[in-house]
Amino acid sequence: MTDATHTTSSTFTGARHLRTVMLIAILIFLIAAPFLFYPIFVMKILCFALFAAAFNLLLGYTGFLSFGHAAFFGGAAYFTAHAMKEWGTTPEVGILIGVAGAAALGLVIGLIAIRRQGIYFAMITLALSQMFFFYCVQSAWTHGEDGIQSVPRGHLFGLIDLNVTTNMYFFVLAVFLIGIGIIWRFVNSPFGMILKSIRENEQRTVSLGYAVDRYKLGAFVMSAALAGLAGGLKAIVFEFATLTDVAWQMSGEVILMTLLGGIGTMIGPVVGASLVVTLQNELATSDFPVTIVTGLVFMACVLLFRRGLVGEFYASRLGRRLGFRPEQ
Amino acid sequence: MTTIFGYPLVVWMGQLLLGLINGSFYAMLSLGLAVIFGLLRVINFAHGALYMLGAFVALLMATHLGINYWFALVLAPLVVAAGGAVVERTMLSRLYKLDPLYGLLFTFGLALLIEGTFRYFFGASGQPYAVPGALAGGMNLGFMFLPIYRGWVIVASLVVCLAVWLLIEKTKLGSYLRASTEDPVLVQSFGVNVPLLLTLTYALGAGLAGLAGVLAAPIYQVSPLMGTNIIIIVFAVVVVGGMGSILGAIVTGYLLGIAEGLTKVIYPEASNIVIFVIMAIVLILRPAGLFGKDA
Repeated sequence: MTDATHTTSSTFTGARHLRTVMLIAILIFLIAAPFLFYPIFVMKILCFALFAAAFNLLLGYTGFLSFGHAAFFGGAAYFTAHAMKEWGTTPEVGILIGVAGAAALGLVIGLIAIRRQGIYFAMITLALSQMFFFYCVQSAWTHGEDGIQSVPRGHLFGLIDLNVTTNMYFFVLAVFLIGIGIIWRFVNSPFGMILKSIRENEQRTVSLGYAVDRYKLGAFVMSAALAGLAGGLKAIVFEFATLTDVAWQMSGEVILMTLLGGIGTMIGPVVGASLVVTLQNELATSDFPVTIVTGLVFMACVLLFRRGLVGEFYASRLGRRLGFRPEQ
Repeated sequence: MTTIFGYPLVVWMGQLLLGLINGSFYAMLSLGLAVIFGLLRVINFAHGALYMLGAFVALLMATHLGINYWFALVLAPLVVAAGGAVVERTMLSRLYKLDPLYGLLFTFGLALLIEGTFRYFFGASGQPYAVPGALAGGMNLGFMFLPIYRGWVIVASLVVCLAVWLLIEKTKLGSYLRASTEDPVLVQSFGVNVPLLLTLTYALGAGLAGLAGVLAAPIYQVSPLMGTNIIIIVFAVVVVGGMGSILGAIVTGYLLGIAEGLTKVIYPEASNIVIFVIMAIVLILRPAGLFGKDA
């Protein structure tokens, strides 16, 4: 008995050590990455990784599958691009406007969508985000099919020139780390614990006296705002915001990234996003359509490894020996 | 000339007709979704892709095999239904014990695969499908001009919807279906082959989508993208109607099609989103949907 407890606790600290070592290795890699790879490519991965992590905050920790996160990602891209191009704001203010806009959009969509659950929730978020898509197609300030082009990157805090690629990269990296940090803190807070308990047993959480709907809405708005952070960042990196970012395909992509990496894990969405973006880059030069591959990966994930790559590793014999637990 | 709210009657009638046509497709597709969901507890995201598949099979039959519209109207839905049965047997049936969200994700992947494949081989642009000779031309109803084919689509879809409703509500097979929806284990213990019933149900839903596709082929351009444009609207229709009732799905489909058509007269800019707006209002006032029972 004592022996058993001793082993589990020591493997648990083993996982903790391993995790620390891995985190430091990843951090060093990210700092060195712009000198090893094409910086725009790495920045794209970071934006989508943050987007997927924000999406996973909702799906992984509350069990709500949103099929409309493109509205928050793409919406924020439009808000940020508009603020910086038409109003001449600095990048950090532009991003904050994007985040605020995405949060407001999340509040409206969330208030309607959380009235239903499960697959209904998925269909409702899809329909509402499609409505926002049509709004973006038609309204004047988003410039229809053209989108908002040549957005100036500007000077961060009015001081640091983001047209310099290295500056831009480290700004993106900083925002990414802050975003991931917020998500980590959120998930491990008492608020996050209540979300998990809602996911596991909603009735019981209600009977414990929690206003479940408020927590769901809170999580939804939080996820929308963080998706907006990623979207605003992407608009500055690529200097444009277009309909692609608000289209339903984008909502599908972020689901794929999360599913492939591992729903409900911290690094799963990051791994998934890196793989999907790399795949898209590889296929972009050939005339083979990405959707075929995306569709096949989706089907394979659902049929063969529902925990995702990271989740399956945690659940595997090696992962267990290292002290990881399959959930989280 | 007669006018209503300052718009000529002809304009109203024209848009009403267009709305009825769109409504026919919404009704047939949401009916299929509701039938599949009722028994399989799967939201078939691939429904739009199957609709597109029906139109393409009819087109390919015409161009490569010289099969005319009337044979295609029977054969193409059968081809799509057979494809659906294979998918259900080999893959979808493994997902029933899991959270219904996995069924949604799987069929989403399937939709991407089908659409991507057709886009790869046929390009994204639409191809015309000729209106069959017997249904070409139109007639003057006095207050408006009615293309015969469009009238045919409305009649055909009404008949199909009614037939499916009768099949489910009034026949022995339908009673097995309804019983399996309530309690599959009990029905199985009475000696009914429930897995086969599930396969047939998915095939029926897929066939309906395929049939809608064939009917749509002469009206819209046959293009790989025709399915995705419609499936999101059909989802909204299903949310408005509530998935509890077959009749609810049919009625909501026609009503929302008409609502969309009439909006085109009054405020064309909003015609794309009017169904989503109605969905939002229904969700606020009556979250279970107009005909839904479950909360």
